[in-house]
Amino acid sequence: MDLTLKVWRQKNSQAKGKMETYPISDISEDSSFLEMMDVLNGNLINSGKEPVAFDHDCREGICGMCSMYINGQAHGPMRGTTTCQLHMRSFRDGETIYIEPWRSGSMPVIKDLVVDRSAFDRIQQAGGFVSVNTSGNTQDANAVPIPKVNADKAFDAAACIGCAACVATCKNSSAMLFVAAKVSQYSYLPQGEVEAKDRVVNMVNQMDKEGFGNCTNTGACEVECPKGISLEYIARMNREYVSATISSEKK
Amino acid sequence: MEFLVSRTFYARGQTGQQLLLGAYSAMNRQIAKGKIQMFSRHEMVELVKVDGKARGIIARNLITGELERHSAHAVVIASGGYGNVFFLSTNAMGSNTTAAWKIHRNGAFFANPCYTQIHPTCIPRSGEHQSKLTLMSESLRNDGRIWVPKNLEDAEKIRSKTIKPTELKEEDRDYYLERRYPAFGNLVPRDVASRAAKERCDAGYGVNSTGEAVYLDFSAAIERYGKEKALVSGIKQPSVEKIIELGEEVVEQKYGNLFQMYEKIVAENPYKTPMMIYPAVHYTMGGVWVDYNLMTTIPGCYCIGEANFSDHGANRLGASALMQGLADGYFVLPYTIGDFLANDIRTGPISTDLKEFEIAEKNVSDTIDKLMSIKGDKPVDYFHKRLGKVMWEFAGMARNKEGLEHAISEIKTIRKEFWENVRIPGDKDEMNTELEKAGRVADFLELGELFAKDGLERSESRGRTF
Ligand SMILES: Cc1cc2nc3c(=O)[nH]c(=O)nc-3n(C[C@H](O)[C@H](O)[C@H](O)COP(=O)(O)OP(=O)(O)OC[C@H]3O[C@@H](n4cnc5c(N)ncnc54)[C@H](O)[C@@H]3O)c2cc1C
Ligand code: SF4
Ligand code: FES
Repeated sequence: MDLTLKVWRQKNSQAKGKMETYPISDISEDSSFLEMMDVLNGNLINSGKEPVAFDHDCREGICGMCSMYINGQAHGPMRGTTTCQLHMRSFRDGETIYIEPWRSGSMPVIKDLVVDRSAFDRIQQAGGFVSVNTSGNTQDANAVPIPKVNADKAFDAAACIGCAACVATCKNSSAMLFVAAKVSQYSYLPQGEVEAKDRVVNMVNQMDKEGFGNCTNTGACEVECPKGISLEYIARMNREYVSATISSEKK
Repeated sequence: MEFLVSRTFYARGQTGQQLLLGAYSAMNRQIAKGKIQMFSRHEMVELVKVDGKARGIIARNLITGELERHSAHAVVIASGGYGNVFFLSTNAMGSNTTAAWKIHRNGAFFANPCYTQIHPTCIPRSGEHQSKLTLMSESLRNDGRIWVPKNLEDAEKIRSKTIKPTELKEEDRDYYLERRYPAFGNLVPRDVASRAAKERCDAGYGVNSTGEAVYLDFSAAIERYGKEKALVSGIKQPSVEKIIELGEEVVEQKYGNLFQMYEKIVAENPYKTPMMIYPAVHYTMGGVWVDYNLMTTIPGCYCIGEANFSDHGANRLGASALMQGLADGYFVLPYTIGDFLANDIRTGPISTDLKEFEIAEKNVSDTIDKLMSIKGDKPVDYFHKRLGKVMWEFAGMARNKEGLEHAISEIKTIRKEFWENVRIPGDKDEMNTELEKAGRVADFLELGELFAKDGLERSESRGRTF
């Protein structure tokens, strides 16, 4: 396949970025999108230019690193996949492909396609845990009975890989889907219920502090989420948040 | 009352991810309490020893390129396995040996570097562009039959896509595992299955365009399950179509997600045409030597998880890698490290102004300068791929003396060329992914040689290797 790539280049977080055009040829339909990027980078290095910086690690859809906005869609045209799971057969020979970083004020560009996702870390540090020590004396997990539906719901939420496609795709740059997943993976379980109120309040407050936008129920996030996290979790988190702020003594 | 005990802990094929989330959230709790600090996008690039004890590290900030000194009373390395010395493996792209290798260069013993687990059921590579390999569950071998064409001409035709595998008659197929190991058939141990697949493909019977793939065929299982299901559901004299339909349903229930993943990657429907598989490097049992307290031969330097050599011997069993991670991190180290720290109760903070830190930092910065100044004409990946091919051909599943000796001299040549001719664009004081890779490949090029030497030392066949 022969393609024209329009790629966002930005030297660092302070620099002004712009789209650069790179023709590329002889790309196998069977190669993955990131392998195509490897070929591009090989060509760039061979011609004395700097390769395009992009994040990636597992290349099989579990680490959430491969943030790329491809032809106006987070992770490209396929539903339910990350960029690394996308193959070139999803594109036409001769096509022009636009490749940009996630764009959100709360996740600034570090270089080229690499963005700073540490806001997600800080939201989870604000409450995304259960307060038990982990030095080996925890009780047997099977000792606490959990209804199957709740276990399944918690597990579905825990499938979130923190990729931030939901933020990138939202016109308000809202992180609600992510935060809702991270809140729900605990609040559905008896172990997480104890501090559920503090958790939801602290995490939502941190989310606001990081400058993420509001949710206007457009639902674009759910469509783009590679792990199929459902909007239901946002509704549930909103209920949890409201009831926690009304009843919480601390506030 | 009957108790069912599962041999493996399994979480929807996301076992590792879920255990990671658990550990990560426990870490977040400590961060929230101000007890620990996290440095993401930092790479450990050197160990600092003071009076023979591990007292800190030099880290490179991957965003700014700055070198940082971090001091401590003890150092714990948990940097994972080095399967990527083969370039292609199922490991994540960032997996590397640098941290383990740096402590080795500082005196920590390495054990069994050549112990590598090669998994038989991975998705074959599709061409030279391949950057990593994807593992499919071993469980597929329970129901799939492995074969290649009996005749070289048929293999050639299949590779050039002039015939389809489903068109090949039963008698023209070579179910080589069933033929060679009638008692075990397709369920021979991993190493046997892996070796046999490579042997058939090396002999020219491979079935995809790279010639490095064998079939894993579910049609017999689909038929068998279909007939069973028809019988159970009381369908009398079911048609062939009905049997296949029912059989596919059973297979979907058992392996649906794996079949889907396969189809996404290969763009072929494994219900209708046999799957293609090939062995891939998956895990490294070898690593940094540690004692029962998980301490290396450097006092105060610990090594846990896949990075160390412990627990698995020559043959890791399924699920035990994650088990080791949990055991080392939750159950062993929290109790053993205190023993060492107790002797340091009166030591007080370690200054990063000590000359040991200065020297270590200078060494790192000299190496970086050297790498940047080569300005050769080949990218880092070029050397990594060459190293990987040598490792796979001569130090992989089946090795012999001549091959290993050849590998050692080849690796030396590649290493020499790397240090003369690698090209790293950009600057050192910014995010520079090529510079990061170069540092890691430089270490792989040293580890690879040790790996081959270790292979040479062993005349026995053991576990993973032959
Ligand atoms: C596809 C796949 C499937 C698997 N499935 C299973 C399974 O089902 N069951 C099972 O038991 N095992 C499985 N394994 C094996 C198991 O996942 C690994 O052995 C295990 O995750 C290793 O854990 P670890 O913490 O030792 O290292 P890792 O999880 O590899 O973590 C090492 C960390 O150190 C970081 N690091 C490396 N070098 C440096 C440095 N110099 N400075 C700073 N940071 C550094 C890395 O970025 C990484 O985050 C699987 C492995 C793979 C690849
Ligand atoms: S909710 Fe979905 S899109 Fe958002 S971070 Fe999690 S996995 Fe990614
Ligand atoms: S690289 Fe890990 S999800 Fe894409």
